[in-house]
Amino acid sequence: MKIKAFTVIFSILMAVWLILNQSVDIEYLVLGAVISVLLAFMFCRGCSVFNDINFTPKAFVYTFMFLAVFIFELIKANFDIARIVLTPSLPIKPGIIKAKTKLKSRMARLILANSITLTPGTFTIDIIDDTLYIHCVHLDDADREKLGKKIIRKFEKYLEVIYG
Amino acid sequence: MVDIILKISMVIIVFSFLLVVIRFLRGNTVLDRVVALDVLTVSSIGLIVLLADSFGRVIYIDVSLVYAILSFIGVIVIAKYLEKSL
Amino acid sequence: MEYLKIAGAFITLGGSLFILFASIGLLRMPDIYNRIQAGTKASTLGTLLTLLGIGLIHTDWLLKIMMLIIFVLISNPVSSHILGRAAHYARMPISDRTEVDELEEDTNIVSQEREEEK
Repeated sequence: MKIKAFTVIFSILMAVWLILNQSVDIEYLVLGAVISVLLAFMFCRGCSVFNDINFTPKAFVYTFMFLAVFIFELIKANFDIARIVLTPSLPIKPGIIKAKTKLKSRMARLILANSITLTPGTFTIDIIDDTLYIHCVHLDDADREKLGKKIIRKFEKYLEVIYG
Repeated sequence: MVDIILKISMVIIVFSFLLVVIRFLRGNTVLDRVVALDVLTVSSIGLIVLLADSFGRVIYIDVSLVYAILSFIGVIVIAKYLEKSL
Repeated sequence: MEYLKIAGAFITLGGSLFILFASIGLLRMPDIYNRIQAGTKASTLGTLLTLLGIGLIHTDWLLKIMMLIIFVLISNPVSSHILGRAAHYARMPISDRTEVDELEEDTNIVSQEREEEK
């Protein structure tokens, strides 16, 4: 499966190079292509994280749905944090809870942990095997297992489809 | 109109730098200072892009990109060092 | 075209307000985990909105600014995650208001089991 990793790395490097130079002259294209091929050839062997992406239409649609949900959660949670910070009595009730994930692929777990971290109010401290340890600013009264499931489930159901 | 609003947001960002520097100087532990440094660098990316607008030079965006990469690596190295796993 | 610029300016203003909230949170929160929560992440959205606003004002810079946004979006959770983990394993003091610390319980159980096996 080296071809897939090679293609992904090559297209990312080439896109970044073209955006940074903002021109499509022939010399820029050739230089960028040569350097990108060299770098992608060097690093495609150790790069296994791109292997388990499904390139199907359904995964494509779910990627956009995931992004929409993610941006909505990001903005909502930021307003939450701003409200907590500006309240004089500082209504926080922090705690570290654990939640189990069903995702197998490493890339999917990385994206799950990063999206949990980016929505304020929750952030992933550590992943040990399949358990995520999440620090919450405000623990609700509901039991902790259910809360952890609720936090994870928001993003997991989309990632399950994208990373088979 | 647009210029005035951008100036106001620049002033707000610089004022928030002042608050972060207070935490940086007071910080109870080393990691508190590192967190303050992280906030400082991330928000200075925004400030540099605002400056790029007010000087009308696109090259400043490249500067902020390099700054973002270097500060990211710096924070990671300091955190790994304090975790005693470097 | 003019409306786009005014919208961009207001988005930039909102972003700088979020940076201000982040710094207030950094000052007020009681322990390092909550500071990471308030500080690094509210400032991430603030920076993203600032960049987006400038991108709307100068639409010919938009591609580079999108690249910067993607980089900040990837790199910032990684750095805040690693700061939190370093704080936990370096045994930084945790606030009295913390309800529960299951990571502490679990890692302690794991290390105790390992010692018993020896």
